Amino acid sequence: MDSIALSRQMLDGDKMIVNMGPSHPTTHGTLRIILELQGETITKATPEMGYLHRGVEKLGENLSYQQFIPLTDRLNYCSSIMNNVGYTTAVEKLLDIQIPKRAQQIRVLVSELARIADHLVCVGVNAVDIGAFTAFLYLFRQRETIYDLFEMAAGQRLHTSFTRIGGLFRDIPEGFVPLCERFLVECEESLDEMENLLSHNPIWHDRTKGIGAISAEDAVNWGYTGPCLRAAGVPQDLRKAQPYLGYETYDFDIPIGTTGDVFDRYLVRTEEMRQSLRIIRQVLDRLEPGPVMIDDPKVALPPKEKVYTRMESLIHHFKLIMHGMDMPVGEVYSATEAANGELGFYIVSDGGKNPYRIRVRPPCLPIFSSFEDQVKGGLIADAVAVLGAMNVIAGELDR
Amino acid sequence: MAELDINDAVMTTRLDAVVNWGRKNSLWPMPFGVACCAIEFMSMMSSKYDLARFGAEAMRFSPRQSDMMLILGTITNKMAPVLRTIYAQMAEPKWVISVGVCASSGGMYRTYATLQGVDRVIPVDVYVPGCPPRPESIIYGVMKLQEKIEKESLSMRKDHIARFYDSLARQESIQAEKGLTSQQTIREMLMDAGERGVGTIF
Amino acid sequence: MVIEHIDAQIPGAILDRHDFRGDQTIVVAKETLLALVDLLHGEGFQFLVDITAVDWPERPNIQGGGAAGRFDVVYHWLNLASQERLRVKVPVADGATVPTLTGRFKTADWFEREVFDLFGIRFEGHPNMKRLLTWDDFPGHALRKDFPLDGGDVFCMEGCTAPYNNGERGGE
Repeated sequence: MDSIALSRQMLDGDKMIVNMGPSHPTTHGTLRIILELQGETITKATPEMGYLHRGVEKLGENLSYQQFIPLTDRLNYCSSIMNNVGYTTAVEKLLDIQIPKRAQQIRVLVSELARIADHLVCVGVNAVDIGAFTAFLYLFRQRETIYDLFEMAAGQRLHTSFTRIGGLFRDIPEGFVPLCERFLVECEESLDEMENLLSHNPIWHDRTKGIGAISAEDAVNWGYTGPCLRAAGVPQDLRKAQPYLGYETYDFDIPIGTTGDVFDRYLVRTEEMRQSLRIIRQVLDRLEPGPVMIDDPKVALPPKEKVYTRMESLIHHFKLIMHGMDMPVGEVYSATEAANGELGFYIVSDGGKNPYRIRVRPPCLPIFSSFEDQVKGGLIADAVAVLGAMNVIAGELDR
Repeated sequence: MAELDINDAVMTTRLDAVVNWGRKNSLWPMPFGVACCAIEFMSMMSSKYDLARFGAEAMRFSPRQSDMMLILGTITNKMAPVLRTIYAQMAEPKWVISVGVCASSGGMYRTYATLQGVDRVIPVDVYVPGCPPRPESIIYGVMKLQEKIEKESLSMRKDHIARFYDSLARQESIQAEKGLTSQQTIREMLMDAGERGVGTIF
Repeated sequence: MVIEHIDAQIPGAILDRHDFRGDQTIVVAKETLLALVDLLHGEGFQFLVDITAVDWPERPNIQGGGAAGRFDVVYHWLNLASQERLRVKVPVADGATVPTLTGRFKTADWFEREVFDLFGIRFEGHPNMKRLLTWDDFPGHALRKDFPLDGGDVFCMEGCTAPYNNGERGGE
């Protein structure tokens, strides 16, 4: 904000500096982009971030491993459960424990629901920025059903903190599966409606085709992951490439684009939503009864009935809460395919109750850092479209 | 006589009652959407919870055209001067609802980077706790604000708004004098307020 | 495995290695970093996943490189063809600099800025070595172990004044 006064003196008559953000209707979340314009063409774009930097990594060093789970919720707040799953997978890798089968299946189920929720917001908001408001309203109706499902399972709509180290918070209740089945049907219809509105719409084509195109080599060099990378033509999806949680047993496809422009990203996201519905269908078909938490008193809290009646369970409960888990000394990096790309957690443990260092590798940071390359030479309206398609979530970007 | 003819079409009341009635039923929100609470705000504006029935449908992202600022999300120390600038640009009468615990008190982020409550830098009228608050809670907060507006008096300009503008002038003078960024200036003003035992900088 | 390749092509570069939970880690000195990066790029490790740092204030702080230093700058690479991951750690002393990778990998730009912001480690040759997450004259580097969690913010501590009643303490 303060460097603009200096640069004003250096401009000649035709150029103009426009500041987008940090409070702006189209910067979803707080970002700031300083655009230098020649007429309406962008000659330079400097993105700035950090307006939502809350100090999560530093806070993690002062909290125990379990206490960090609610903080992970608030990273990518459009699909909170995927952050929980990513983090607990990393801690489970550090501890070298295996979670029960049912817990894995339910984690896949809620991850895919969260992925659909994230893509709904991304596509809806991208459409709103470009001017197509109706799609947003239709899509948000489906998001409300997903919220109902999450609330049934975890008690909270948005920040669920559903997973625990070693499994899940609790099992899904009885009404979950019927509502989920109804959701599968309704969501499919909603996606059809949305595609009717947008996919063959000439205005949508004009606004999104060719805008923000990126080649596959550039995308890899910039560190892109997720739908933006796949739209550029690189078939990298951690669910297929380095499967976790049993993803290798499910039958699904990875949509790959060609040009990496905004239209391709929209198509990739829409198709990913359909593939997620396919995965959820398979999970519901093969969901088997069983425990959802590992039976290891050194890692998981014992059930309350045992805590109140048996001495060892009481002691285990006390030890887990007061002294934390027995962590090995070492470091791990574990990545999952979140809605935006590769969400990585790098955890360094020195054996103590709190992690020595937790690092969250945000998928949208490299994507946002390439913003200038994407919009240079374009118009402001294109900058808005590109920003929407990048799906920059400030909670994850700034932590 | 003329009075008898128009009897049914005229109501008599006090000026401030009717002005407050008009103000409270047409609050135009300015969503200062920053983090997760903005997603619950989006839910609230869509058809299931529908803020439009309270007259607050016209979302204006420009501070000049709105009268109620909803602070949705964590305000960090880096964002604090921006928030003050935007609040200063709003025309009076203006109200602020701080939505969520992060905006109300810093939430779970007791760190170097998070402002411990937005009421330390701007005046707040209603606090809505929750992380994030359900859309019904935010609507309840708007209703509470409507009740508060009903009881306001027209003649007295609000003291805290005047003090806010004083603090903005002080901030600018300290910034010019010491050559700091606006964020660092606010930090210094906060530390100074803390030493004096006062919770806010205005 | 790529580590054997590195040993063959740049002998003596690897100061330490370990394999923990399936993660391959090597420790190299910062002088050999650029040569190593070129080698990795040729081997197919063209995806730089992450750059971060860890602060070990207990380790002896040796200026001018060497096997110990206060910070560990940690790089993660991914080979898209073979899906192999590699972690490279470079010990850096407090006040020393590390060569930048922005020439080869555009993704390094903001990651290195973040490491500078949070740890104070400078990267020589970086085109725009400015803070990323905090503001320009933020006092200190936030993720260092000697930086307090509340950063000196008076209101973070217990018993702070609440701003109700327009700033006066309640009940006095």
